[in-house]
Amino acid sequence: MNAILLTAIWGIIMMFGGVFFKSKQTPKYWAIAGLVLIIISNYVELTTGASFFDIDTKFMLSFNSFNLTFITIALVSTLLYFLLSGSDIEKVGDNVSEYFALIFFVLCGVCLSATYNTLLILFLGIEIMSIPLYILTGSDKRNLKSNEAALKYFLMGAFSTGIMLMGIAFIYGGNSEGSFFISNINIGEGKMPVLIAIGMVFMLIALSFKVSAAPFHFWTPDVYEGAPTVFTSFMATVVKIAGFIAFIRLFENSFGKVQAQWQLLISVITAATLFIGNLTAVFQQSVKRMLAYSSIAQAGFMLLAVFALNTTAMQGLILYSAAYSFATIGLFAILIRMYDYTIDGFNGLAKSQPVLAVTATIFLLSLTGIPLTAGFQSKFLMLVAAIRDGHHHWLVFWAIICAAVSAYYYFKIIQAMFFKEAAQDIQDHGSIAVGASITTGFKVLLILTAILIILLGIFPSLITDSIRFLFH
Amino acid sequence: MFGNYITIPHLLVLFPLLAGIITFFIKKESTAKAWSLLSVVITLLISIASIYFRNNKELSGLTYNYMWLKSIGSSISLALDGMGRLLTFLTAFSFVIILIANYKSTYKNANVFYGLFLLAQAGLMGVFLSTDALLFYFFWELALIPVYFLCSYWGGEKRIAATFKFFIYTFAGSLFLLVGIIYVYLLTGATRYSDHNFSLTAFRAVVLYANQQNFLFWLFFIAFAIKMPIFPFHTWQPDTYEQAPTSVTMILSGVMVKMGVFGLIRWVLPIFPMAVLKFDNVVIGLSVIGMIYASLIAIKQDDLKRLAAYSSIAHIGLMCAGIFSMQTVALEGVVIQMFAHGINIIGLWIVIELIERQLGTRKISQLGGLAHKAPVLTILLVIIAFANIALPLTNAFVGEFMMFSGLFKFNIWYAAVAGLSIILAAVYTLNMVQKVFYGETNSITESMKEISWNEKLVLMVIVVMIFLTGVFPQPLFELTKISVAPISTIFK
Repeated sequence: MNAILLTAIWGIIMMFGGVFFKSKQTPKYWAIAGLVLIIISNYVELTTGASFFDIDTKFMLSFNSFNLTFITIALVSTLLYFLLSGSDIEKVGDNVSEYFALIFFVLCGVCLSATYNTLLILFLGIEIMSIPLYILTGSDKRNLKSNEAALKYFLMGAFSTGIMLMGIAFIYGGNSEGSFFISNINIGEGKMPVLIAIGMVFMLIALSFKVSAAPFHFWTPDVYEGAPTVFTSFMATVVKIAGFIAFIRLFENSFGKVQAQWQLLISVITAATLFIGNLTAVFQQSVKRMLAYSSIAQAGFMLLAVFALNTTAMQGLILYSAAYSFATIGLFAILIRMYDYTIDGFNGLAKSQPVLAVTATIFLLSLTGIPLTAGFQSKFLMLVAAIRDGHHHWLVFWAIICAAVSAYYYFKIIQAMFFKEAAQDIQDHGSIAVGASITTGFKVLLILTAILIILLGIFPSLITDSIRFLFH
Repeated sequence: MFGNYITIPHLLVLFPLLAGIITFFIKKESTAKAWSLLSVVITLLISIASIYFRNNKELSGLTYNYMWLKSIGSSISLALDGMGRLLTFLTAFSFVIILIANYKSTYKNANVFYGLFLLAQAGLMGVFLSTDALLFYFFWELALIPVYFLCSYWGGEKRIAATFKFFIYTFAGSLFLLVGIIYVYLLTGATRYSDHNFSLTAFRAVVLYANQQNFLFWLFFIAFAIKMPIFPFHTWQPDTYEQAPTSVTMILSGVMVKMGVFGLIRWVLPIFPMAVLKFDNVVIGLSVIGMIYASLIAIKQDDLKRLAAYSSIAHIGLMCAGIFSMQTVALEGVVIQMFAHGINIIGLWIVIELIERQLGTRKISQLGGLAHKAPVLTILLVIIAFANIALPLTNAFVGEFMMFSGLFKFNIWYAAVAGLSIILAAVYTLNMVQKVFYGETNSITESMKEISWNEKLVLMVIVVMIFLTGVFPQPLFELTKISVAPISTIFK
C-alpha cells in the first residue's frame, strides 16, 4: 500500500515541482530522495506489515511477501537506474521533472500490476504503466525515430489493451461466480469452459505483448531502438519484469489448476521466444538493438517460470528479475556514454576505461549465466523449476541450447572490449561520447552494482528467502 | 589440526583465490611474478602436507562442510581422497613448474595475467575437491573463465576465434552437465522439496531406473568428453593449444583435461553404473577410434604444438577406454596415468616453448641438429619423449601397462587395436626427436643456445619425477587404491 500511494503522490510532487525547480539537476535529487523514502516505507511494510495508510481496498489488492519483495526489487532497480543514468535523463530534453514524474507514475502502475487481486486492477495497473511510457518513448521530440517508436508503441499497446479487455470480458462472463477476482475464477480441475478458455488465450496474448514474448515481440526492437536510450533501459528492465509478475500471478491464481491444459501453449511460446531472441541477437551490429533482442531472449527464460508455476519458479522469477534488471541497467548506463553504439565501438574499451570494461564484463557474464553471478543462480532456479514440473522435457534442452547461443553474442562484446584494438577514428575521438562524463561516483556505483550481482550469485537466499514460505 | 574452521581443502582453494585477487593490484611486473611464484610454492607445500597428514579412509579426515544454499540443499563441502590428493598435488606441482619455466617471459599487463593464472588454479583445485554437485559445477565453470581470458588476451594470432570455439564448446557441454545435475538432484532424498540434496553421498545413494541412467549418463558424459576431449568432440583442442600462450597450454593439457577424466571417475561411474555397463562398448569404441585417429594425424603434423596436442588426445583416449573397461587395475592405472601424463606433457611443452622462444619457429621442417647446440636439453627431451611413449622405467609405463591389462581383460580386440597407438606414438615422437634434434644444423638452428638455469631446473625436476614414479610407483598405488576400491566394488 505504501509504495502505490507514495509513488503516485511523489509523481505529482515532481510534476508540480517542475515549476519551482530552478536548476536542471534539482529534479534528479528530489526523485532520488523520494525513491529512497518509498523504498524504506515499502521495506517496513515487507518486514512488519505496517502500512501508513488505512484504506479498505475490498480485497482488490493483496500485499503478501511475494508481491512486496517484487516491488522492492523494482524500486531498488529504479533507484539504481536514477543513480547511474539520472544525469542522462537530464539531457533528453528540457522538461526534466516531467520525465521523473512520468517514471514515478510508471512505478505506481508497476506496484498495482504486482499487487492486483482483480482483473480490473490488473487492467488499471497495466494501463497506468503503459501510458507514461508512450510519452517517454517519444520524449526526444525532434528525433523522427523517437516519434516513430512512440507511435508504434502506442498503436501496439492500444491493440493489446483491447485484446486484454476482451479477455477480461470473456472471463467475467464465463465464470459461474460472475466475478473479477482472480482467485474466484472457479473452474475446478476439469476441462475449461469455452468462454474462459477464449478469455485466457486473449489474456495470454495481451500479456505476451507486454513482456515481448514471441510471436508478439515485433514492436520491441524498433521501440527500444527508437526511444531515447536512457528510457529504453527503464523499459527493458523494470517495466518488463512487472509484466512478468502480472503474468505469473494471473496464471498461478486463476488458471493454476488447469495447468495441463495450457502448458503446451506456453511451452511453444517460450521456445519461440528463446529461439527468436537469441538467434536474432547473434546478427546484430548495434549493441542497443542487440540488448533489445537479448531482452526478448531473457524473457524467454523468465517464461519458464510461468510454464512451471511452482515454488521454485516463483523464487526463481523474483531472483531473475533482480539479476536481469541490475545487469541490464548497468550495461545501458555504460552504453549511453559510448561514442559509437556498434559492437566495434566497444573495441579497446578495456584500455581506455578499465573500470567500465570490467564491470560491463561482470554484467555480461551475469546475463550469460556464468557461476558466481546472480544470473547463474536465477537461470539455475528456472531450470530446476522447469525440470521439477516434469512435463515437456524438450523445453529444458531447448532453453540450454539457446543459453549456449546467448554466450556467443554476449561474449562478442567482451572480446571487443578486451582483445581488439579500437579503430582509428575511435582512437582519435575516444570511446566515450562528447559531453558524457565518467565521474568517480559513476565508477563507484558501477562497481557496487557489480558487487551486488556477485553477492546475489553467492547468496541468492538474500532475496529468495523472503518469499520462501508463501506457497504450498 | 588447524582447528575446526580452516582445513587443508579449504586452504587449497582459498589460498590461490585470495593470492590471485591480490595479484591484480600489484602493478609492478617483477613483484607480481615473484608474488605469484611464492603463492604457488605455498600451495604446493599445503598440498604436500595433505599427503602427509592422510588417513586411509575414503573421503574422510580432511573434509569441510558448510551449509551454503540451505533452501535448495547445497553445501560447500570439500574433501580430499586419494585421487583428490594426487590431482591437487599435480595441480600445485605443475603450476610451480610452469611459473619457473616461464619465469623469463614478460607479459603485457602482467598483474592481470598472473591474477587470472592463480584464479585458474583455485578453480581447478575446487573441481578436484568438491563433493557437492552444485559446487563442483561452480568450480567447473570458474576454471574455464580465467583460462578463456588468458588465451584470448595473450595468445597467438588467431587466438580470439580459437578460444571462442573452445569456450562455446565447453560452455554448451557444461550446460548439459548442469541439467543432468538438476535431474539427479530432484530424484535425491524423499519427494518433499526441502529434502533434495546436492551432496555426493546423496547422489550415490539415489536410485535410478535404467532408462533414467541411460539418459542422464549422456548429459554428464558429453560435458566430460568435450573437456577431455574424446573423439568426436575434440575439434576445439588442437586450435586452442596452438593459439594459447604456452604457459596456458601447459595448464590446459597438463591439468585441465584431467578434469574430464576425474569427473568420469568421481561422478559418472558411481552414479550411473548400469548406463556405464550399457554404453561401455560405445565409449571405448569412440576412445579407440580417437586414439588411432589422433596418432595418425600427429604423424603428419609439422607444427610441434599441434603434434603435442594430438598426442595428448591419443593419451586421453586411452584413459577413457581404461575407465570404461571397469577393471580395478585399469582404474588405478588411469589415476596414475593422469598424474604421469600431466607431468610428461608439461615437460614436452616446456621444450617446445624453449625452441620457439629461441628460434622463433616450431615447424619441424625448419628445425634440425639442435643436439649439437644444446646437448643437455636434448638428453632431457629424449627422456621426456621416452616417457611419452611409455617406455619401461618411466612413469607413463606403469599407468599404461595397467590400463592395457584392464582393457585386455575387457575385450582383447579393443586392446589389440588400441595397442597400435603405442607403436604410432613411437613413430611420431621419435620422428620428431630425430628431425628436430639430430641431423645437420641449418641457418635457423645455428643460433640455438644451451638452456638457462631455470629451464634446466624444471626439466630436471620433471625427469626426476618421471623416473621416481616410474621406478617406485608404490606410493601412488596407495593413494589411488582407497579411491578406486569403492568404485570398482560397484561393478563386481
